[in-house]
Amino acid sequence: MGKLTIEDLKKIKEKTLSQTALREGGATVKIIVHMGTCGIAAGAREVMDALLEELAETDRKDIRVITSGCMGMCSSEPNVTVEMQGQKPVVYQHMDANKMRQVFRRHVLKGEVQTDFALARMD
Amino acid sequence: MKELSLHILDVMENCTEAGAKKVSLCIEEDKGEGKLKIVIEDDGKGMSPEELNRVLDPFYTTRSTRRVGLGLPLFFETAKRCDGDFRLESQPGKGTRVEASFTVDHIDLPPMGDLAGTITAFIVGHPEVDLTYVYRTNGDEFVLDTEEVKGILGVDELTDPAIIEFLRGKIREAVIQMP
Repeated sequence: MGKLTIEDLKKIKEKTLSQTALREGGATVKIIVHMGTCGIAAGAREVMDALLEELAETDRKDIRVITSGCMGMCSSEPNVTVEMQGQKPVVYQHMDANKMRQVFRRHVLKGEVQTDFALARMD
Repeated sequence: MKELSLHILDVMENCTEAGAKKVSLCIEEDKGEGKLKIVIEDDGKGMSPEELNRVLDPFYTTRSTRRVGLGLPLFFETAKRCDGDFRLESQPGKGTRVEASFTVDHIDLPPMGDLAGTITAFIVGHPEVDLTYVYRTNGDEFVLDTEEVKGILGVDELTDPAIIEFLRGKIREAVIQMP
């Protein structure tokens, strides 16, 4: 397969964390990075990169990251929606890599909604 | 968009909106001739000839949240601005193919940018979609097939951060190392 060898993949397999938590439907947090044209043009990919780095540093296996399209609030992009189990989703606006790290560490990991960055709490 | 890889991410998002299960991204660089070609194909619901005619109009969109659909018009403009070519093919029920080609040393051509970031963001964000990424230059070819990787690793999704970091590194390495 070109430069991606079977040996490379087997090495990764040994290092891979178990995904059983998610497979059993164990996601308690869902983070949606909005990737419409507006979001992408405004920097959503960099927000996603920062999020993936934060995820790599945590041991939590119950956090799911997905992307979705434009939600219609283009002028506040990049937007990120954080849905914690049992709580109303919070939409964050004008996100960048640094704000994403803060939202992840304080809201996702500690439960403290970062109201300064929030656009709305959805019903 | 500031980078070609952002246009690529944008069009691949279109593929998933169209319900694609498989997306293919092929980037071909002819370093001798100074040409770059980007092809994105999907097996989503496709477009009728009528829709195909309208899709490059920035005020045409299938979504209800806004009345503009800028992705394809912006990509088309980038290609046109760089004396390039832009082709759109689609069949309802079968899928869509977007092909954009560019002259590499054109002064208005945006850089490719963080292609590894684009591809990994897409893979993580859409675990239900399979992606085949091919990077081809005159001398060589790099292939990443998420279905194959999942099979070898014995996983349903490539969302584990260790896997993503590994793939990111491999994608970057291929661009640097290939002739």
